[in-house]
Amino acid sequence: MKTCPEEMIDYMHDYLDGDIISDSEQKLKSHLQQCEDCQHHFHELKKAIAFVQSTSHISAPDDFTNRIMDRLPKEKKKVGMQRWLRHHPLLTAAALFIFFMTGSVFANWNDHQDFSFTKNESLVVEDHTVVVPEGKVVKGDLTVRNGDVKIEGKVTGDVTVINGNQYLASAGTVTGEIKEIDAAFEWLWYQIKSGAEDLVEWGNSQLDEK
Amino acid sequence: MEALVKKRIKQVLKGDQSAFAELVELYKDKVFQICYRMLGNRHEAEDISQEAFIRAYVNIETFNQKRKFSTWLFRIATNLCIDRIRKKKPDYYLDAEVAGTDGLTMYSQVAADVKMPEDEVENMELQETIQKEISKLPEKYRSVIVLKYIEELPLQEISEILDMPLGTVKTRVHRGREALRKQLKSL
Repeated sequence: MKTCPEEMIDYMHDYLDGDIISDSEQKLKSHLQQCEDCQHHFHELKKAIAFVQSTSHISAPDDFTNRIMDRLPKEKKKVGMQRWLRHHPLLTAAALFIFFMTGSVFANWNDHQDFSFTKNESLVVEDHTVVVPEGKVVKGDLTVRNGDVKIEGKVTGDVTVINGNQYLASAGTVTGEIKEIDAAFEWLWYQIKSGAEDLVEWGNSQLDEK
Repeated sequence: MEALVKKRIKQVLKGDQSAFAELVELYKDKVFQICYRMLGNRHEAEDISQEAFIRAYVNIETFNQKRKFSTWLFRIATNLCIDRIRKKKPDYYLDAEVAGTDGLTMYSQVAADVKMPEDEVENMELQETIQKEISKLPEKYRSVIVLKYIEELPLQEISEILDMPLGTVKTRVHRGREALRKQLKSL
C-alpha cells in the first residue's frame, strides 16, 4: 500500500459520499484493478458502512409522548389570562369601562355626603330640613341631598330627595315627580337614569338645532 | 409534511400543548434513534430524547420558522448527547472494559421481550456488536456517522445540525469511516 498514490483513499471517500468527479473516478477504478491492498481497503470501508446501516431501526418506547406531555411546564395562569385578554378585546374593553364607570359613580356618591340643596330664595332651612314655605313658589326642580324636605308651598318641577325624606303638606303642590333616593344602588340607578335623560335631552337639542 | 409541522408549531406558540404532542409523535422515533446510537443505551437514550423535546418546547420561540424543524430538533438532541458523553468521559474507559457484560445485560433485556429463533439471536448479537463499535468512536465522529448512516441525512443537513462547515463534516465522515473500517474488519 506504500506505493499507492495517497489521494486514492480520498477518492474512495469522495466516491462513498457521492461527490467524486469523473476524472478521479476513472483514476480510482484503474488503480483498484491493479492494487489488491486498495481493493481490500475499499471493500472494508463498504462493509463497515453496510454493517452500520444494517442496524435495525429502533422505536421510542410506547408511552414516550405521554411522559413528555406530563413533564412539560404547566402554563402559567398569568400567561393564560394575557392570552384570554388578547383574544377578547371587546370583553376586555367592556370590563374596563364598567370598572371605571362604577368607580366614578361611587366617587361621586362619596363626594356628596354633605347636606346640600338647590339654591332658591324662597327656601327656608330648619335643621337639615328644607322647607318650601306656604304661599311660596319654587320655579324649576328641587334637589336635596342628605336632608329632608317639607313642601308647604308649590314647586313647579321635580322634587328629588337623596338620603332623606319628603313631607308634602296637604296644601303643598309639586307639578313634577317626587323621588326619594336612599341607598347607594338607588343612587347608581338615579345616575344612570339622569345620564340617559341628559343624553335624550342632548339628542333632542341636537335635533332642534337641525 | 413540512406545512403540517409549521401549522403545529404556530399552535404551540399560541400555547396549545396538544399540538406539541403531535410533533413529538412525528419525531420521537428519529430523535430516540439518534440518542440511542450516540449513547448506546436505551435508558440514557430515553432520558436525553425526552429532555430534547422538553427543551424544544420551552425554547420554541427561538425557533426560526423559515428553517426546517427537524434540523433544529436534531441539533438540540445531538448537543445534549454530546454533553452527556463528555460528562461521563472519566469512566468511559471503565465502561469499555466491562463492555461485554454491559452488552449482555442489554441483550437479555431485549431477549426477555420476545422469543426469537436462532438466526435472529445471532442477528441480535451482531447488532449489539455494531452498536458497541459505534459507541467506541470518538464523539465527533460518532455524531456524523449516526446522522449520515443511521438517519440517512444529507451532508448539508448534517452540517446545519452540528453547526459546522460542510468541509469539516466531510473530514469527520471520512475519519469516522476509517475508524469503523478498522474496528469492523474482523467481522
